[in-house]
Amino acid sequence: MLHIVNKSPFEKDAFTSCMGHASSSSTVLLIEDGVFAALKGSAVADQLSKAKVVALQSDVAARGIEANLAEGIELVDYAGFVDLVTENRTVQSWV
Amino acid sequence: MSEIKKFLYVNRKAPYGTVYALESLEVVLIGAAFDQDVRLIFMDDGVFQIKKGQNAEASGMKNFSPTYNALGDYDVNQIYVEKESLEARGLTLDDLMDLTYEDEDDDWAEKKSIRLLSADEIRDLMEESDVVLSF
Repeated sequence: MLHIVNKSPFEKDAFTSCMGHASSSSTVLLIEDGVFAALKGSAVADQLSKAKVVALQSDVAARGIEANLAEGIELVDYAGFVDLVTENRTVQSWV
Repeated sequence: MSEIKKFLYVNRKAPYGTVYALESLEVVLIGAAFDQDVRLIFMDDGVFQIKKGQNAEASGMKNFSPTYNALGDYDVNQIYVEKESLEARGLTLDDLMDLTYEDEDDDWAEKKSIRLLSADEIRDLMEESDVVLSF
């Protein structure tokens, strides 16, 4: 299934809760302030290996953190966002 | 005129996700017209406000980060960043914008506006301020 996180992991526990509940076969999409969870070497970076993590390219670019992302983070555009929603049977938004 | 007060702006929110960062910047620029002693703190997710390389074009939002470069021209040159906040986010001083000002007491030499402080030093800065504005 698809999980979507849109809150900063340093301000809210949405990302940590998400990673604690996501199966290894699920995809976690980071959007808006959720993209900060993809930072390399941060206090929450060790949780990124628990599932496939992708981030919305335009929100990453807005915040200027492309060069600071952890290895293995895939970027998607808005069309890729739509693909993820349609490919997965269910979506959980950790609002 | 009344005495000069120490104004402290505490910035704790990331830009774009909420409007706090932009609102704070506007208040700082307005307040700069009143000849007060102005200090800015960037801590917690607020450190992302002055991250280098922001490009909001594809997201359809306005990239207001270039405006931070103007702070030095308004004599807002005491900008403090919390070390612990940067470290928790995998960032260093090199990831932040090069904010500078020209020192009129030193033949207009260009100097850095940003200084790193520990949480303890931030606490002291808060204690010695006359006015604290929280964003």
